[in-house]
Amino acid sequence: MLRLVKYAIPFRRYHEKVIEYYENPKNAGSFDKNDKSVGTGIVGAPACGDVMKLQIKVKDGKIQEAVFKTFGCASAIASSSYATEWITGLTLDEAINLKNTDIAKYLQLPPIKLHCSMLAEDAVKAAVRDFQKKDEKK
Amino acid sequence: MLKVISRLLSSLAVKEEIVGRSSYMDFQATTPLDPRVLDEMMPYLTYEYGNPHSRTHAYGWNTEKAVEKARKQVADILKCDSKEIVFTSGATESNNTALKGVAKFNLQKGKSKIITVQTEHKCILDTCRHLQEEGFEVVYLPVDKHGLIDLELLDKTIDEKTSIVSIMTANNEIGTIQPVAEIGKICRNKKVLFHTDAAQAIGKINMDVNAMNIDLLSLSSHKLYGPKGIGALYVRRKPRVRLNPLINGGGQERGLRSGTLAPALAVGLGAACEIASIELQSDTDHITQLAKKFYKVIIEKVPDVILNGHPVHRLCGNLNLSFAYVEGESLIMALKHLALSSGSACTSASLEPSYVLRAIGVSEDLAHTSLRIGIGRFTTEAEIDYAIELVEKHVKKLRELSPLWEMVQEGVDLQNIQWSQPK
Repeated sequence: MLRLVKYAIPFRRYHEKVIEYYENPKNAGSFDKNDKSVGTGIVGAPACGDVMKLQIKVKDGKIQEAVFKTFGCASAIASSSYATEWITGLTLDEAINLKNTDIAKYLQLPPIKLHCSMLAEDAVKAAVRDFQKKDEKK
Repeated sequence: MLKVISRLLSSLAVKEEIVGRSSYMDFQATTPLDPRVLDEMMPYLTYEYGNPHSRTHAYGWNTEKAVEKARKQVADILKCDSKEIVFTSGATESNNTALKGVAKFNLQKGKSKIITVQTEHKCILDTCRHLQEEGFEVVYLPVDKHGLIDLELLDKTIDEKTSIVSIMTANNEIGTIQPVAEIGKICRNKKVLFHTDAAQAIGKINMDVNAMNIDLLSLSSHKLYGPKGIGALYVRRKPRVRLNPLINGGGQERGLRSGTLAPALAVGLGAACEIASIELQSDTDHITQLAKKFYKVIIEKVPDVILNGHPVHRLCGNLNLSFAYVEGESLIMALKHLALSSGSACTSASLEPSYVLRAIGVSEDLAHTSLRIGIGRFTTEAEIDYAIELVEKHVKKLRELSPLWEMVQEGVDLQNIQWSQPK
């Protein structure tokens, strides 16, 4: 029998992808920040309602793995998760090319949530910078 | 053939979920219409369509009778005379009429100061802001960490230029109930009019406008299981409170609110008030039991949860909880099978966190983490059990995603970190 399929709860304000990233976040986790191959970027502030921690594990100039942890709304979680996916496998120079507009377009973020994608871009840059600083000290 | 089509269609469908609605737990925002109220309203939505102000035929007389009966029912819940009740389109209109009407009338007596509280509903605050632009002086009293005002400060602030004091009985966000009887006494001693927005309190606590020395009171139908689109304003007659009407016209409602009354809505409000006064105790018992259960189990199972508002003097069905290190909007999205609201910035149109939480001194980061659960007459124990289970599961999941929780587990003091400012 044909069964009419409906969404149980209408999510008028969230795109499917954002919900998907919340339900099954990709690359949520932590690395040891003292590890020499790890770069850590922490951006945002609890007072603003958004804090993103993005970490990268770099080998031979390429990002092997990236993980994130976020205190923020669903769009912020999705933006940071997507950012970790986007930069995995890229070189450091390629990674800093990630633009907030790429994230916003993929997740179809409404104007009021664009700042989440900007914060994700900042998080990536901060992580790369942190690794580069560690690398120089060696 | 049919099998092929159905398989094709089901493969096209992205998600298959149980058809249904989320469990409603936002009773401070609005309440469903009580079926008994609908029964009372039905004749006036169908065959009794007369204008209650028509004097010359039975159509008008019938609806007028019903409206006057409703007026008596509203008066009974406030323990006042029915001549003192004015029907309006809602508490917002009642608040506007009370404040603007009294402020403008008392201007001729040289009184131009209005006293209110920082945690009032937006309609009061915006009306006061508007009056400030017109040249009135408005004092916004601060509140303590539970949301209560300082009675001594109120006493000191009232002077001979004070026209009206407006303090809401129960706050819609944090549930704190103000000591209205004491406030009324202070105002009566100083011979100043006392207005209270009792939209959240009616039907939940016993109100007596004479015992509490209240001169003006606003109430809203849709907060007490009545229809949306109607409210009332209580205007004291002994001693007479004079005010300028907001809406001019045919002089209905003793000239204070012109316009044809909607008999169906008025009857609905009346019926809702009558039911509320009869069932006040049983509702309170039912809701208190559910709320206590929810709160007790949640604080046992989930660490770092804070209740906002007064622990004792609060609306029984309001639970405003801050779940530290978890952001409010993400939690609401996670709790998709519950209909709740939050004091988080993301859920308001601006990015500012709730002004009520800020006024009671909740730090900015905690204000972003709050959730408001509203329990009402129709909430069942099964819904509460379900809610507890969901809240526990999702707070845990979101804390695992949260860098702040991780830092706290590592022993980092979050207050001493230099956060980067977003560019």
